Amino acid sequence: MQALKIRNLVKTYKGGVEALRGVDLDVPAGDFFALLGPNGAGKSTTIGIATSLVNKTGGTVEVFGHDIDKELEAAKSCIGLVPQEFNFNQFEPVIEIVMNQAGYYGLDRSTAYQRAEKYLKQLSLWEKRAVMARELSGGMKRRLMIARALVHEPKLLILDEPTAGVDIEIRRSMWEFLRKINQQGTTIILTTHYLEEAENLCRHIAIINNGKTIESTEMKSLLRQLKVETFLFYLQEAVTQVPEIAGYVLRQLDETTLEVDVTSEQKLSSLFSALGEQGIEVKSMKNKSNRLEELFVSMVEGGQQ
Amino acid sequence: MKLAEQYVAFSSLLLKEIRRFMRIWVQTVLPAAITMTLYFIIFGNLIGSQLNDIHGFKYIDYIVPGIILMAVINNSYANVVSSFFSAKFQRHIEELLISPMPNYLIIIGYVAGGVARGTVVGMAVTLVSLFFVDLSVQYLWVSVTAIFLTSILFSLAGLINAVYAKSFDDISIIPTFVLTPLTYLGGVFYSVNMLPEFWQNVSLINPILYMVNALRYGMLGVSDIDITTAMLIICGFIAALFTFSLYLLNRGIGIRS
Ligand SMILES: Nc1ncnc2c1ncn2[C@@H]1O[C@H](COP(=O)(O)OP(=O)(O)OP(=O)(O)O)[C@@H](O)[C@H]1O
Ligand SMILES: [Mg+2]
Repeated sequence: MQALKIRNLVKTYKGGVEALRGVDLDVPAGDFFALLGPNGAGKSTTIGIATSLVNKTGGTVEVFGHDIDKELEAAKSCIGLVPQEFNFNQFEPVIEIVMNQAGYYGLDRSTAYQRAEKYLKQLSLWEKRAVMARELSGGMKRRLMIARALVHEPKLLILDEPTAGVDIEIRRSMWEFLRKINQQGTTIILTTHYLEEAENLCRHIAIINNGKTIESTEMKSLLRQLKVETFLFYLQEAVTQVPEIAGYVLRQLDETTLEVDVTSEQKLSSLFSALGEQGIEVKSMKNKSNRLEELFVSMVEGGQQ
Repeated sequence: MKLAEQYVAFSSLLLKEIRRFMRIWVQTVLPAAITMTLYFIIFGNLIGSQLNDIHGFKYIDYIVPGIILMAVINNSYANVVSSFFSAKFQRHIEELLISPMPNYLIIIGYVAGGVARGTVVGMAVTLVSLFFVDLSVQYLWVSVTAIFLTSILFSLAGLINAVYAKSFDDISIIPTFVLTPLTYLGGVFYSVNMLPEFWQNVSLINPILYMVNALRYGMLGVSDIDITTAMLIICGFIAALFTFSLYLLNRGIGIRS
């Protein structure tokens, strides 16, 4: 069963912006799915259409088998949405926001209260329940929207940049939380500009650029496509010149730092032994850039040519 | 949604609407009570005492139903137009749009909120009027029905205004340029029989005329218009505006890009 199946989705906004020009997505039930793309690629528009906040121009969307043109209510019931921008009533107390949303999904007051308590506690907002939403910090507002999206326990949770502007500690605890929800069976779709986040959390990934899906695959096989990785080696002792090792391209950054390109066929262990033969000891190393980031940039740039 | 779920969703929305205007009662309930008190003092006591009776009623007694109705109209309208517009403006209308609530239920929820405010304010004004006149209601159910239908109708009108509104200015244009003139020309302060025949006929296209007269019939037992005709016309307007609001929401006009 597909949690979300999108075919040839097209959207032209009033005024003529062609935001989507044929988006296809397949999100398997139970998946943790990353939707990536540069600013203005069409991620939020795609999500907006799936959640019926935006009218589509063409194409089809099915949520757990419910076509949004034919079974809109059933499709809506399956989804919980954490939008990119704050969209709650700033002048309402936190708990009312969450409980009202539960009500709109048909949950009676006592169930609504229990759920609100459960999710506000899990997201460390229970102490703030009586506070006006406007008085929360940015990170708390994001978490409020997550609690609100979960209150009817949807099968599919869609988060549009949930960690934008959230500090590292809270971001990590959000990751833990989302992983747990996913393990309990909720399908999750996430958009983010932190590629580390996608790499950490997601099993499948799709990249949208200029309103089109340019890649949709497993995270692992995508990373396997990476042909060259660049590492930084921090040396035990200073070297005066760049060591020459057959088959490898090395560059010296400073006395104790080397930069090296390693292709997917080459092995780091043979590089280490070759360096060792020349009396150079590598104290520590790091991957120069995020691997997914490199792929992402090369794909998006490739797509624009 | 199942019927039971629809009921829950409706009452959540209604409660939220009631909490909203009660939280800011100084801005929502109090002003109407004060304005209407001024009407009673100025038009009723000071000026009214110099005037002849109308249809056998003292002037102040004659205008009580119209003044109550004016408060109901203004407040039902204001409640829905400002609540729905600010929901659009702050984007929390999206909470409703992503939920499985059918559009007619969203309309009914907002309208019920407007009716609640109209009724609360209507009662406040009625209480105030007791300081000025001896109120004896002739036909209670006619009065209640007239107030109820009027507040439904103007809640719907407020909703439609809010759907089209793009700025806070847009939500005050209709009340200023349409609602207030129609109310004053709808026979709140006079009997249309006092007008020349031509203007009597022109007045007949004003829906507020029918409502004022329906309530006046309920409270005083006199009306310029046949009560059945009045009620039917009000219901006709409600049906038309409801259908139109439903069309607007289904098409997503003003709320979905
Ligand atoms: N309501 C709107 N009216 C007109 N154009 C719009 C509207 N919303 C988005 N767009 C345009 O549609 C395109 C896609 O926007 P969208 O918000 O879907 O991008 P995104 O991938 O979510 O970007 P970001 O990463 O910045 O959030 C952009 O060119 C944007 O300007
Ligand atoms: Mg976006």
